[in-house]
Amino acid sequence: MKRFATLFKALDESTKTTVKIDALVHYFKEAPEQDRLWIIAIFSGRRPKRAVTTGQLRAWAAEVAGIPLWLFEESYPIVGDLAETIALVLPPPDTETDHSLTYWIELLRELPQEEDTRKQAVLNAWNGLNLTQRFLFNKLITGGFRVGVSQKLMTRALAIVTEREESEMAHRLMGAWSPTTITWRDLIEVENSTASASKPFPFCLSHALDTKINCLGSTSDWQAEWKWDGIRGQLIVRDSELYIWSRGEELVTHIFPELVSIHNFIPQGTVMDGELLAWGEAGPKNFNTLQKRLGRRTVSKKLLQEAPVIFYAYDLLEWQSEDIRHKPLNIRRKMLEQLFKNPISGAPIKLSPTVEFDTWASLAKVQATARAEKAEGLMLKRKDGPYLAGRKKGNWWKWKLDPLTIDAVMIYAKSGHGRRANLFTDLTFAVWSGNDLVPFTKAYSGLTDAEFRKITSWVKKNTLERFGPVRSVSPHFVFEIAFEGIQASKRHKSGIALRFPRIARWRHDKSPHEANSLTDLKQILENFI
Amino acid sequence: MNALIFTPSGIYCPAGDFYIDPWRAVPRALITHGHADHARLGMEAYLATDIAGPVIRYRLGNIALEEICYGETRQIGGAKVSFHPAGHVLGSAQIRVEVMGEVWVVSGDYKIIDDGLSTPFETVRCHHFITESTFGLPVFHWPNQNDVSHQINDWWSHCAKNNKTAFLGCYSLGKAQRLLTMLDPSIGPILTHTAIDNTNQVIREQGIKLPKTFIANASVDPKNFSGAIVLAPPSAIGSNWSRRYGAQETALASGWMTLRGVRRRHATDRGFVISDHADWPGLLEAIKNTGAENVYVTHGYSNIFAQHLSNLGWNAKVLQTEFGTEIEKETS
Repeated sequence: MKRFATLFKALDESTKTTVKIDALVHYFKEAPEQDRLWIIAIFSGRRPKRAVTTGQLRAWAAEVAGIPLWLFEESYPIVGDLAETIALVLPPPDTETDHSLTYWIELLRELPQEEDTRKQAVLNAWNGLNLTQRFLFNKLITGGFRVGVSQKLMTRALAIVTEREESEMAHRLMGAWSPTTITWRDLIEVENSTASASKPFPFCLSHALDTKINCLGSTSDWQAEWKWDGIRGQLIVRDSELYIWSRGEELVTHIFPELVSIHNFIPQGTVMDGELLAWGEAGPKNFNTLQKRLGRRTVSKKLLQEAPVIFYAYDLLEWQSEDIRHKPLNIRRKMLEQLFKNPISGAPIKLSPTVEFDTWASLAKVQATARAEKAEGLMLKRKDGPYLAGRKKGNWWKWKLDPLTIDAVMIYAKSGHGRRANLFTDLTFAVWSGNDLVPFTKAYSGLTDAEFRKITSWVKKNTLERFGPVRSVSPHFVFEIAFEGIQASKRHKSGIALRFPRIARWRHDKSPHEANSLTDLKQILENFI
Repeated sequence: MNALIFTPSGIYCPAGDFYIDPWRAVPRALITHGHADHARLGMEAYLATDIAGPVIRYRLGNIALEEICYGETRQIGGAKVSFHPAGHVLGSAQIRVEVMGEVWVVSGDYKIIDDGLSTPFETVRCHHFITESTFGLPVFHWPNQNDVSHQINDWWSHCAKNNKTAFLGCYSLGKAQRLLTMLDPSIGPILTHTAIDNTNQVIREQGIKLPKTFIANASVDPKNFSGAIVLAPPSAIGSNWSRRYGAQETALASGWMTLRGVRRRHATDRGFVISDHADWPGLLEAIKNTGAENVYVTHGYSNIFAQHLSNLGWNAKVLQTEFGTEIEKETS
């Protein structure tokens, strides 16, 4: 744990990429194999199964600290992190142990069922660890290591240690593997690793278009496609099995049982990039329909009928078991179109069409109609570009429609978590309905730290009421809220729900009565559908 | 009639017709210490300790300031008044007010550990105790000052070895002088920002020994000070002023550095946990030792802290004041 604590401190204390990579490289060179595997797993979001509930952790920590539970609960939002709050309230340890990271993870994995013994094991652990180590131990339980280590940073460090390509490392770390069943050699070193059949390729990610469209050069160098508002997915057919991965590197095959039949239509050794979309007679449906399918263990027949899903393919990454990501896009596209040449009737898979255009001006006109196509905008991809791993600038651009906006009044504020603890960053906004303000959305992002500090000091002086961590404030400030979509919703008091709401700007120039009304919002809703 | 009452201008003593650390202009003000939220301009007459006096005069200019020694008793109208060490910064005081046998103590800002520079905190028995609550949450436990000294000196050595200047952010009154006494001058030269140097001069003239420092003003050539540490107000760090020094690492010294979120928000390379306020056990111990039954909780986590005291059996109330908590000063 000491070695892990040293690594963590180095990563946490520095904002400089080089320092972080050095720390990771050092760790990967020095640490025992099993610890190295766990570090990769933890920093790529593969934490061990939660061994103890957070409710138990809170109660035990308050008890050991000799404070009432409510006092612990009041402290938590101010610290902004549960693992940290626990580490801070506990009395200093009686002894200092030095076990490996793997030791602690194994301890958590093998905690006995019986609550008293579990509790004793956790309390013993706390009593042998210092502040940082305790925090890390708690994080192993609660998950969510945010130490500014991106997957990219970790793959770069591994590439340095192993003297291999970064993109190869990225690919090796993808998919379903567990430190308990894999060796360092198999994961990182083995040549031509007979990658498990389910292993996806790293997704190629785009940047938002940040120049004028005609600065992209000749139109003939670019392929345009609709940017769909679904779930980005990678479809793998290998060894007579079908696997679907989401961009968040989650295996989501089980959520979409209607797609399983695809492997009867697509040859073995094929991998495609595309979009999971709810599909109706008229084509793609909006994201809201698809959203009903997420976060469920099982999918009911009714839901399957209401919101059937298809895979809308737009790129081909592997063909006849050969990785073709290095081939230029126009070649990959031709191969993909070939695959769809004979209509695959009855299969829940379709080819996402390209958008033909001659001039940038004509494309701009097409882009403006995206909403009618149930798309968020356009994707522009360089025809001669390979399929890159991760977010690289220059080959893929997303060109989204301008968001919808509305002016709203801030009425509630709550402090944020992590680096935003102690700042009021979780804000609730309302629009007018007659003389009442009706809350309709929350938004967390879009302002600078300096603006959030101003809001924080204002909220402290203008609190009307407190409801736990939430404060109601006098209606005073108006903000422009931007959003990507709008839906009718029975769950919300206002009757509407927004997609991707965020603060576009602080309207210092407007007073509260100049904010929009619920009628204005409903008008947007009508036009949107 | 209570010995002290709470008015829109500040804490007031009707029997003696004076205010303690008022935030509006009043005829007579008793001042606990020189920080800007406690010692404000505009009072007709001031009373503060002889140790705090010079800095208050330096900060507020030509004011009518009378000085008093720790422990010295003074009769003001119907009130018996004395000042006692609060351990917060040099010369900081708790003010004891006794009217007809009823004793009140206004503690201002305080800490109970000995920082080696300020006169250590003294327990004053009373019936009514007015306490701050800047760090009134059970997550605040200060590490040992020696350990923090080691951390800071290790960091400074590390910077010096890598040919970087170490910038340490701290308040110019109190924290800066305390840190100076914790630094190991054998590592390299110590520089101070003009704001800190001005305060240091006032304090040195009082006969208080501080280690040798160089002023970090525009006429300084950073090349002559390789391996230096520079003490500066947090706002000066990362400014044009500090950029002249080339390769550097930055750190802040504050009790708020306990919280990882705050540390990350400030985006300095390091954060050292050191505070001139009482931590959670410190507050509880100080309150217990006064023997007071009535506790008034001012600036900080006052609602939570007062609730906790009530549950433990104190007659505790929240008192709204205009004293700032460090985090607001720091982040504004």
